[in-house]
Amino acid sequence: MPKSLTPRLQDLKKEIEGYARSFGLDFFETVFEVLSTDELNMVAAYGGFPTRYPHWRWGMEYEQLSKSSEYGLSKIYELVINNDPCFAYLLEANAEVDQKLVMAHVYGHNDFFKNNFTFKYTNRKMVDEMANHATRIRRWIDKIGVEKVEDFVDTCLSLENLIDQHAPHIKRNPDPRVEKEQVNVVPTGIKVDKEYMRPYMNPAEFLEKQKKQVEDEKKASKKFPERPQRDALAFLLEHAPLEDWEHEILSIVREEAYYFAPQGQTKIMNEGWASYWHSTIMTTRALKDHEIIDYADHHSGTMATQQGKLNPYKLGIELFRDVEERWNKGRFGKEWDDCDDLRARRAWDKNLGGGREKIFEVRKHYNDITFIDAFLTPEFALEQKLFTFNFNEKKNTWEIATREFKKVKAKLLQQLTNFGQPVIDVVDANWENKGELILSHRHDGMDLDPGYAKETLKNLQQLWRRPVGIVTKVEGKSLLMRHDGTTFSEKKVDL
Amino acid sequence: MALRIDQDHSRFKQIVRGKIKQNLKKYVQQGEMLGKKGKDFISIPVPFIDVPHFKHGSRQGGVGQGDGEPGDTIGQGQPQPGDGSGKAGEGEGQHVLEVDVSLEELATILAEELQLPNIEHKGTEKIVTTRIKYTGINTVGPQALRHFKRTYREALKRSIAMGTYNPDSPVIIPIREDVRYRTYKLENLPETNAVIIYMMDVSGSMGDEQKEIVRIESFWLDTWLRHQYKGLETRYIIHDAVAREVDRETFFHTRESGGTMISSAYKLCRDIIKADYPSSSWNIYPFHFSDGDNWSADDTRQCIEILKTDMLPAVNQFAYGQVESPYGSGQFIKDLREQLGDSEKVALSEIADKDGIYGSIKDFLGKGR
Repeated sequence: MPKSLTPRLQDLKKEIEGYARSFGLDFFETVFEVLSTDELNMVAAYGGFPTRYPHWRWGMEYEQLSKSSEYGLSKIYELVINNDPCFAYLLEANAEVDQKLVMAHVYGHNDFFKNNFTFKYTNRKMVDEMANHATRIRRWIDKIGVEKVEDFVDTCLSLENLIDQHAPHIKRNPDPRVEKEQVNVVPTGIKVDKEYMRPYMNPAEFLEKQKKQVEDEKKASKKFPERPQRDALAFLLEHAPLEDWEHEILSIVREEAYYFAPQGQTKIMNEGWASYWHSTIMTTRALKDHEIIDYADHHSGTMATQQGKLNPYKLGIELFRDVEERWNKGRFGKEWDDCDDLRARRAWDKNLGGGREKIFEVRKHYNDITFIDAFLTPEFALEQKLFTFNFNEKKNTWEIATREFKKVKAKLLQQLTNFGQPVIDVVDANWENKGELILSHRHDGMDLDPGYAKETLKNLQQLWRRPVGIVTKVEGKSLLMRHDGTTFSEKKVDL
Repeated sequence: MALRIDQDHSRFKQIVRGKIKQNLKKYVQQGEMLGKKGKDFISIPVPFIDVPHFKHGSRQGGVGQGDGEPGDTIGQGQPQPGDGSGKAGEGEGQHVLEVDVSLEELATILAEELQLPNIEHKGTEKIVTTRIKYTGINTVGPQALRHFKRTYREALKRSIAMGTYNPDSPVIIPIREDVRYRTYKLENLPETNAVIIYMMDVSGSMGDEQKEIVRIESFWLDTWLRHQYKGLETRYIIHDAVAREVDRETFFHTRESGGTMISSAYKLCRDIIKADYPSSSWNIYPFHFSDGDNWSADDTRQCIEILKTDMLPAVNQFAYGQVESPYGSGQFIKDLREQLGDSEKVALSEIADKDGIYGSIKDFLGKGR
């Protein structure tokens, strides 16, 4: 059972919260709960929530977390959820210095959740909502059986990433180009060689009939949906022939996917911001002399980098610090950009002191993509030793490709776009007038994984009932992958 | 303590074991069962179920951080393209964790995974050996168990806190209060004697693939029995038309040709038991692997005779594993089943291919004898 804070921890909370407020952090009320390792692993497996609907994948997460903590491979440092009040968890067995570090880190996240624009439309009562989802799904399990419900959840999860992650912020208008493409076809009847034969071969009623046929065809060929729709889950909810319980489960899966989406869009910023604040609060205010070694040990553990993997904590904190320093010293604007003298650049300090203010502004108006796009500089990339890597087929290993700034930045942005997942739209729900659902993959140089695509199509077919397909490119050629529920086929198309 | 998640957890385990939801079985990803590293370490991947998504093909590359020149191979940690996704605040990591586990832990995991019962010991159960296990850190203890690193760390903390630490001359002198000691517990282990006698058919019909199966399977049998018994002995017999005792190396790497007389191996095995392992004080486990092809029905009769009169009364369990091969007739297991199938001491198993090893181990060890 979660325990409330001991008096000592309550004092610490008051102390750290005071520091956070004095630095200008603006956060929801925070509720800390103390958990044992097992409980913490459980809550982490549930994505930070005390309850979720029954599903094996929480068990899978739990197995991984408990195995890795058991063998001392990894440890959960902090766990905090975007909710008002904000819930965060402390590990019972942690030393006091760790508890302080975690608290400081949590206030950073909390401030970010409250202020960053991507979180603006998230449900701030998600703890209640998740419990609500759990109850609703349990009720269906009682009614129609665990196997059926769980299988359907699995099917929905397979399509979980087919959402429009910017949807809460954008109202998409119809594409004006679509209207123009509608060319009027006038029926001319059967081709005649001799003009005098015309009234006999193409009598008026025949022409009338043909005209009607053309119009019908046009009506039928009118695109549905009229313009590509990114939020495939919403499209399915509206138009797929789902039963009540299926509809309810799919809408739950979609809602949860939208709730978590902003966290994926701001992983680097969010962790960077929280780390910036635990570091600032701890090293300038909260640390006692005898705690410094343990703190340094744990802080550097969190910031450790591996060659093949970007550590969002590290990249985020360093970039925030870099931005702060540049704005403190006035290293921005036309004058700075135009300066080619390396010595002058290195000594550049206009004593503006606006760095802190700038990073507060950045944490409000940026997400990972715009953050990297706006503030990643060649100097920073060099200092942080960033590089791109590729797979070398000949040597069968991963190797460093380049450290060229432009390429590093482009690759990084590509990785972050749509969480590094393919961009897919619903383009036609009545393909060839046969009620088949066609998706389109916006190919940006990376092919889809064909094995996964095949299995995913099969799951999509189960929701749509009619055959489904996806248009994509494989090795430069357009390809339609199609699944009708029993068989999978591929054919070349020109689209 | 019971947790809410236990139900989800056991459901996941059941899916991985293929007990429920067969439709998910194909998404379960599992590494090699055998992967001995160094002296007695092995890496076991944690199983996970990969629900299919539309995703980019693998090997797309990405951005990393650290030293190295273009063209250098990236070490440690498989690159995870598409990093930056995932959920903030979640303790999320890579999916497959390579875990270094000692063989002892492995045996425990094996037992849990296969739900193996503990083996009933016999013989000199009463001899107990003790083993020291270091379990913790304390402020008091014998000098011999001083923990240098922890002591130094305490001293460093103290001198920083007292303000005596000088970064330019970082001399740390531990005082008595800084010293930390290891603490230990004594574990009792009953000493019992056990011997495994491996017999393998190396006649022409046993190919490399069949031997590979025997090799993997005997590794796991070995691991399990070593976990159960201190001081396990192993003996190896190979046979075609004649049997001889060999060392481990030869056992797994010989390939001979010729006919097969299984009785020759059983006779040798019987003689070894008689000479070296009196059944009153030894736990004896003969394992025999073959492709099921025997020279004649007459020889098979002889085998069964030896088993019935000499071997079975002496051993804990006699196990016969028949590896499927393109040449063997596979008759032998049928004969055994017919003649001895109802004996509690006989475990029979057919192994179709590498995937069959898992089930076969369970056939052999599931009886807990």
